[in-house]
Amino acid sequence: MTAFLQLDQVTKSFGAVTVADELTYGVEAGEALGVIGPNGAGKTSMFNLITGTLQPNSGKVHFNGQDVTSMNAAKRCRSGMARSFQVPQPFSGMTVFENAMVAATQAAGLSGHEAEKFCLEVLEQTELLDRANTLAGGLTLLGRKRLELTRALCARPKLLMLDEIAGGLTEAECASLVKTIKDIHASGVTIIWIEHVVHALLAVVDRLIVIDFGKKIAEGEPHAIMKSPEVQEIYLGIEADA
Amino acid sequence: MEWVNAVVQGTLLGGLYALFAAGLSLIFGVMRLVNIAHGDMIVLGAYLGLSVTAILGIHPLMALIIVVPCMAVIGYVLQRSILNQTLGGDLLPPLLVTFGLSVILQNALLEIYTADPQKMNAGSLETASVSVGGLSLGVLPLLTFAIAVAVIAALQWTFYRTALGRAFRATSDNQEIAQLMGLNRRHIFGLAMALALGVTAIAGIMLGIRTSFDPSIGGGRLIFGFEAVIIGGLGNLWGTLAGGVILGVAQTVGAKIDPGWQLLAGHLVFLAILAVRPNGLFPRISG
Repeated sequence: MTAFLQLDQVTKSFGAVTVADELTYGVEAGEALGVIGPNGAGKTSMFNLITGTLQPNSGKVHFNGQDVTSMNAAKRCRSGMARSFQVPQPFSGMTVFENAMVAATQAAGLSGHEAEKFCLEVLEQTELLDRANTLAGGLTLLGRKRLELTRALCARPKLLMLDEIAGGLTEAECASLVKTIKDIHASGVTIIWIEHVVHALLAVVDRLIVIDFGKKIAEGEPHAIMKSPEVQEIYLGIEADA
Repeated sequence: MEWVNAVVQGTLLGGLYALFAAGLSLIFGVMRLVNIAHGDMIVLGAYLGLSVTAILGIHPLMALIIVVPCMAVIGYVLQRSILNQTLGGDLLPPLLVTFGLSVILQNALLEIYTADPQKMNAGSLETASVSVGGLSLGVLPLLTFAIAVAVIAALQWTFYRTALGRAFRATSDNQEIAQLMGLNRRHIFGLAMALALGVTAIAGIMLGIRTSFDPSIGGGRLIFGFEAVIIGGLGNLWGTLAGGVILGVAQTVGAKIDPGWQLLAGHLVFLAILAVRPNGLFPRISG
C-alpha cells in the first residue's frame, strides 16, 4: 500500500555531493507535511526530484497511484502537482493575471471564461486581485511570493509544494500568508512545505520531517520533533546538553 | 512629388520586408533561435507556390490555402526532429545547423527547379494600379502591405490574447518554470516554428508574385529580414513592421538619388540606426 505521494529509496548525487540519500517517506492525501533542515540539506532538490526537474539516480516516486519516476515535468504537473519557488520565478514580462492563466490553461486544462473566472477566484484568495494587470516583474517580494502561490494554485494541484514561501516576509505579511495556506489546506489540498520560519510551519502542518545531507533523520509529530535533541543539535546548531 | 512617390513606394515595399521578418522575429522571440535558413525558407515557399499554381492551374493567391498549411507542417516536423535538439545554453549549434539547412535547401531547390529565374503569374493583379492624389499605386504592393499589417496584427493578437500566445511568452520567459506549469517546451517550439513558416509561406508567395526568383536569392531576403527585425527592436512585432518600412523607404529613396544606391542606402540606414540605437527603435519593454 503506497501513500498519495510515496518516495521510495530516492537517491540523487552530483559527483561527490549527495542531495538525496535513500529518501523514503509517504504523504497521505489531505495531509500537510512540513520539511525542515539546514541550508544545503537537499530540501529543494527533493522538490525537484518530485516534480521531475531532476531525475533520481535510483529509487521510485509514486504519485496518486502511478509510478511517475520516468514522467517528464510537464506531465507530472498536469497529473496534479504544483510547486512554488524559494526565489520567486514569475514570467516577469507577463501580467499577474496572465501568469495565472498560463497555469490554468496549460496545467489545469481550463479554457475560455472558465479559466478566467477560476484565475480571478484564486487571485482573490491570494489577495492579488488588485494587482492582476501589473507586470509580474514589478511586484514587491510579498507580491511575488503570493504570485508563486497563485500560479501553483491555478494549476489546480492535488499536491501543493511550497518552498520557503514565508522567508523574508514581515510578521504581519507572514501571518496573512499562513492564513491563506491554512484555507488552502482546509479545502482538501495535500501540502508539503519546506520552511525555516518554524512558527509559521507549525501553525499549519500535521507532521514534520527533518532532512540533513539528503537523509531523512527524523519524522513525527511537529512539536515533539522540534524538541528532540537530534533536531536541536543538527538543525539549530545547538549542543543538545548546552 | 517624385520624392513623395519614392517614400510611398518604399513604405509599401516595407510591407514585403516585414513579411520576410515576421517569421524570423517570432522564432527568435519564442526560442532564441537565429534561423540562418529563413531566407531559403521564403524561397521554398515561393517554389511551393509555383508548383501548386502550375499543377492545379490556380491563381498564386489561391495557392496560399495549400502552401501555408504545408509550410506549417514542415516547420513543426523540422522543429521536433532537428532544431529542438540544437537548443540549449549555447547559441552556436542552432546557427550551424540552420546554416547547414540553408545549404541543403538551396541545393535541393537547384536540383529540382534548376537555376533559371522563375516567376508566378498573377495575371492582371501584377499591373493593376490605382491613382491616389496624383500618385499611381500598384494594387499588388498595396495588397502586400495590407497583408503584412493583417499578419502582424494577427500575430500580435495571438501572442497577447490567446492561450497559445501566453504559452509562447511563458516559454520564452522561463523555460524551466513553463515545464512545471504543464507546458511541453518541445511541442510549444514546434507550434512556434509552424506558425513562423506559415507566415514565411505568405512572404514567399508575395515575393514570387512581385519579382522573379531563383534558388540563390535566399541570403539577400534573410539580410532584409534581419535588418527589419533589428531596426524595429527584437521581440516587438509592430516594431518589425516599422523596421521593414524604414528599410523599404531607405532603399527607394536611395534608388531615387542614384539607381545603384538602392541596397547600399538600406544598409547605411540600418548601420546608422544600429550605431545610435543598438537595441533598435522600439525594443520590447521588459519588466
